[in-house]
Amino acid sequence: MAELNILEAIRSAMDEEMARDERVMVLGEDVGRKGGVFGATEGLWAKYGDKRVLDTPLTEGMIAGAAMGAAVYGLRPVAEMQFADFVYPAFNQIVSEISRIHYRSNGTFSAPMVIRMPYGGGVHGALYHSQSNEGYFTHTVGLKIVAPGTPADAKGLLKASIRDPDPVMFFEHKKTYRLFKAEVPDGDTVVPIGKAAVARTGKHLSIFCYGFMRTCALEAAETLAREDGVEAEVVDLRTLRPLDTETILASVAKTGKALVVHEANRFGGFGAEIAAEIGERAFEQLDGPVTRLAGPDVPGVPYHHAFEDWFMINPARIVGAARKLAAY
Amino acid sequence: MAQTDTRPRHTELGLSDDDVLGMYGSMLLARAVDERMWLMQRAGKIAFIISGQGHEGAQVATSWAMRKGQDWMAPFYRSIASAMTFGMTAEDIITAHLAKSDDVSSGGRQMPGHYGGAPYNIVSLSSPVGTQVLHAVGIAMGAWVRGDDVVTMTQFGEGTSNQGEIHEAMNFAGVHNLPVIFVCENNGYAISVPLERQVAGGSVAARAAGYGMPGVVVDGGDVLGCYAAAKTAHERAQRGEGPTLIEAHVVRLTSHSSDDDQRRYRDPAEVDALKERDPIPQFAAELREAGVLTDERDEALRAAVKAEVNDASKRAEARPEPTADDAHERVYAEPIPGGGTAVPLAPIGEGH
Repeated sequence: MAELNILEAIRSAMDEEMARDERVMVLGEDVGRKGGVFGATEGLWAKYGDKRVLDTPLTEGMIAGAAMGAAVYGLRPVAEMQFADFVYPAFNQIVSEISRIHYRSNGTFSAPMVIRMPYGGGVHGALYHSQSNEGYFTHTVGLKIVAPGTPADAKGLLKASIRDPDPVMFFEHKKTYRLFKAEVPDGDTVVPIGKAAVARTGKHLSIFCYGFMRTCALEAAETLAREDGVEAEVVDLRTLRPLDTETILASVAKTGKALVVHEANRFGGFGAEIAAEIGERAFEQLDGPVTRLAGPDVPGVPYHHAFEDWFMINPARIVGAARKLAAY
Repeated sequence: MAQTDTRPRHTELGLSDDDVLGMYGSMLLARAVDERMWLMQRAGKIAFIISGQGHEGAQVATSWAMRKGQDWMAPFYRSIASAMTFGMTAEDIITAHLAKSDDVSSGGRQMPGHYGGAPYNIVSLSSPVGTQVLHAVGIAMGAWVRGDDVVTMTQFGEGTSNQGEIHEAMNFAGVHNLPVIFVCENNGYAISVPLERQVAGGSVAARAAGYGMPGVVVDGGDVLGCYAAAKTAHERAQRGEGPTLIEAHVVRLTSHSSDDDQRRYRDPAEVDALKERDPIPQFAAELREAGVLTDERDEALRAAVKAEVNDASKRAEARPEPTADDAHERVYAEPIPGGGTAVPLAPIGEGH
């Protein structure tokens, strides 16, 4: 077992997959000699050369579109968007092309590729370096959406994503990159896409989260246990599409109360889908209103620290929302 | 029959008599299939047609320079003749337009004109214009990364040449000298908007200079000229010298689509004059001049084409219709809760 942070885990997954499969290549802005603006691809350029670790022009649409062409041709491209905030020029390629080519060609073409994107706030990145825009993509049929919250999951899920026959969008919360180290299994350990993980068991309410919110929810759960005697179950979704509704419903059946937490805007956010699933399929088991705790509905995370603190979901906020729900 | 001391032009280009007759036959067949589908549209069998009539010379000629089964193509919605030169049959095309369940392009999922065929290395096309050009560049990038001897061709109209993705694609291909051929089929109209109102400077080919590649202008009625340009571009790509942009000046003999009437925005005299630039009679005249095509040969070719289109139509119409229960299939390559079935990926070099 090695102790890695999430960034190291991601790098290690790409390194191992490139070593085991020569069809795997990475491409994006500054991913080559520099090793990426966050360092996710550090060392890969020296090891695998400047074709398989390809610095692209500053052209997100091209990164996605060319990655799809290469995937159709038979490669396994891992494309990096420098920030999730800058993916929109690639939106047409992702939504019109990458997500649909398998369906529209009656299964005769596929786009087995990964788009990695640092997302999320709390790093003084303001409106255009902090977005949690997973909702645009979870709505798009044909994509798989992954958002890990631990080093072991980051590594194992990225390996699974690279090997997956479908296009995967891999959301990496940038605040978690170097936030903590944790044990990552040695060897070729793959974490399957589409399986949530119960990060903490509890009986009084369920907290559904992903990415950085896992860390916040676990901290909140400790506070709730210590100060309130409330045992919260924390379910880390890990994959947003396909969604592991079985694990979600099993947790709700146990606790009767559901709190959905995400950093993305509340209105029309991914939490609404989870709430709807629970409302439709676990109505009889509910003992309180399905509650969302989400980023406020402003166009982005504003820059000043007072603004940013106001925007960000943190353990104290989760505790507040959970107390209210637990008391219902 | 002026066979004098100089060799015919096609021989100079390395094309045999059979090659040029094959090219001519491909143009006739593409035209005949296209015309048949208009009839089927008028008869209510096909909901919509978007035509390649007038583009066949440039398409057959440029695609003729590509190696079937080895090279790749990312088409656009007028690419009927290119798609057929790459291997799609008349029956494939008509079947796709009738949206039958075993249509090679989409199994009845896509509108007419959305060419694609995995067996022929023709990438499935969508409707937003220009996206396919980045796919061509991505395929070329894949071949370049792996060191495969593969050249990719893509086609688009001059209207589409204004999309950002075209410029992104050409820039990236230029940066890495990728083995790709960009063919802009300039028919002078983006639906109803004439060239002078959509292409600043009036030349698409001139834009190539900004991306470090040759920009070649050819007359889409000069079939051998189109072939020569594509052959040169192909050789250049194979040598690792990079991409080429070919701008072929073609005519759009029909309205933009079956939902359009070009008499609303084009002068009738202009529309009538288009026929003079039809590539088929121009190529026929050149082949007669070269002594390759005779009246008997032409009639035999046309009779064979007619028979093939009749047979292809009958076979296509007899194919099974899709049923609604298939609509939920093949959403994902790997099944997930909520839909999708598995199609195993072939190893590289053996499929997709």
